[in-house]
Amino acid sequence: MQILREIHVQRGYCAVVKMLSTTLCGVKLRNPTILASGILGISKDSAQRIIKGGAGAITLKSLCHEERKGHPGPNMVVIDSGMLNAVGLPGQGMDNAIADFERLDDLAAPIIGSIFGYTIEDFGIVAKKMASLSPAMIEIDISCPHMSYSKPFYADAESIQKITRLVKKNAGGIPVSAKLSPNVHNIAELALVAEKAGADAITAINTASGMKIDLETRTPLLGNKTGGLSGPALKPIAVRCVYEVYEAVKIPIVGTGGVTTGEDAIEMIMAGATAVGVGTACYYHGPDVFSRICDEMKAWMKKNKVKSLDEIRGSAHGK
Amino acid sequence: MGSNCSLKTELPVIYEVSRVVQEAKDVHSIFLKGKLDCKPGQFIMVWLPGVEEKPMAVSEVRKDEFAFCYHSVGPFTQACDALQKGDKVGIRGPYGNSFSLDKKTVVVAGGIGISSVSTAIDGLSSPVVIHGARDKDHLVYTKRYKSMILTTDDGSAGRKGYVTGALAEVLEKNKDIEQVITCGPEMMIVNVLHVCQKYGVECEASLERYMKCGYGICGNCLVDDKILCIDGPIFNSRILKKMKELGKFARLKTGRKVSLKEYYSWRG
Ligand SMILES: Cc1cc2nc3c(=O)[nH]c(=O)nc-3n(C[C@H](O)[C@H](O)[C@H](O)COP(=O)(O)O)c2cc1C
Ligand code: FES
Repeated sequence: MQILREIHVQRGYCAVVKMLSTTLCGVKLRNPTILASGILGISKDSAQRIIKGGAGAITLKSLCHEERKGHPGPNMVVIDSGMLNAVGLPGQGMDNAIADFERLDDLAAPIIGSIFGYTIEDFGIVAKKMASLSPAMIEIDISCPHMSYSKPFYADAESIQKITRLVKKNAGGIPVSAKLSPNVHNIAELALVAEKAGADAITAINTASGMKIDLETRTPLLGNKTGGLSGPALKPIAVRCVYEVYEAVKIPIVGTGGVTTGEDAIEMIMAGATAVGVGTACYYHGPDVFSRICDEMKAWMKKNKVKSLDEIRGSAHGK
Repeated sequence: MGSNCSLKTELPVIYEVSRVVQEAKDVHSIFLKGKLDCKPGQFIMVWLPGVEEKPMAVSEVRKDEFAFCYHSVGPFTQACDALQKGDKVGIRGPYGNSFSLDKKTVVVAGGIGISSVSTAIDGLSSPVVIHGARDKDHLVYTKRYKSMILTTDDGSAGRKGYVTGALAEVLEKNKDIEQVITCGPEMMIVNVLHVCQKYGVECEASLERYMKCGYGICGNCLVDDKILCIDGPIFNSRILKKMKELGKFARLKTGRKVSLKEYYSWRG
């Protein structure tokens, strides 16, 4: 029964495969949509569920060297056209994850392991442990906006350089992507620093720092007071960041921030993204949003007589 | 294409406490003033400003009032104990799927789990209700539902023994029962499911996991690949039977998977 269904799914994807297939740092993706870190990806079962939902790859929730409870609630609020979250990087910690996952190369789509640390050395230790699970890629989360210790990292070129170099050294040949923050003066410069330090890709962007105050109680809604803005409200900032990073580096970009529809994904790719991260859209449309985005991309491509994504990648730059 | 429902706002709505009712030892209902459009078995996220936000079953819905009911165990529920008439709390939701009310039903509830099935009891026409707890002090809603079959582990009220014994007797005697609706400690749910399978009766169970968001983002509430807050919290026998983690594992606040025993000792 299960096998039959899988064959059915694979057949269903045949047509999509040709139009949407993407290669990111040598990793083959059946389509360019990648689950962004921090949304549902805390277990292999949840990854499996999102793969069924159509994702081309899965980024797991960021893990560090220790087990973390995260911030008190509310952790997330949906406002205007986006979401503010301050979950505070809860996680079971890398050592427990090793026991839980056993390996990361035995699922139906590539898995990207996301890591962070409190110090530069921590990043190195966690990278080595993550590499032992054989993920398809490792993403360095140097960009969470609501952790006090991460502030010096994400805006600081020297930290980005040292962290990227160390992670790359400890990743044992697994491609490494540096995930950058929009809360900086010049994201393109920092992307270039990461590229020179050995990054194989750039993930742009993490959430933008924000706040929501409840008028009735006259207090900030989030338990942590400030949080990261994601979803449609973030998209113009993300598109601008991807555009600027594309001008500065040669390595591929995972364009992330507010992608909710197929047209959003096409826009990211025109800005220069090779693949597209999707997170908050799971809130608006559920975990099957990936198939939906892919269908909408295909429809747009057919209508505009575009045969492969290479034809439009970076087209906004007019070259 | 590209229909974008992104202009959706989902903030806690502030409600005023209209009354607090003691239901049993350490068990209280907080009634909130206002309307809530809610299906039987759904839950809400309750925000105590400055404290925390937690999921709670909607335990009662009246014309211009609704309630949640809790057992005081940890810091959040102790903060609930301090709530008085006129205090403000934030509510999101309701979330989750709901019970089927179109069949001849037996409701089986363990301890405070009764607050997750009480909206179903209210919506069903003359259901048989079996309610069990460890002792007399832990039985809930004995005044709200006067004709319940009661069981206690120590025999201090009702009949001595477990709800499953009483359920088997009811199913044995009433061959027209089509379904069992249940909520309570997960091992009880597993045992209820076994009894249902033995008698060939459908079972719908409301499950519980630590929830941070209530809308399918955080991933903390997963049982196998089911996202409890959006796929559940209610599952039928067909799905329950297949769940590998049911009665065995759950995740702590950190996301670490532990035995159900360790999970319950953390939840209190
Ligand atoms: C609830 C939540 C948790 C997140 N946790 C992480 C995380 O652990 N690591 C990380 O690199 N990014 C994290 N992010 C950021 C997302 O991966 C993504 O960069 C951002 O949300 C923008 O994409 P989106 O608009 O598609 O969600 C989180 C976002 C949300 C909404
Ligand atoms: S509570 Fe967050 S995914 Fe269910």
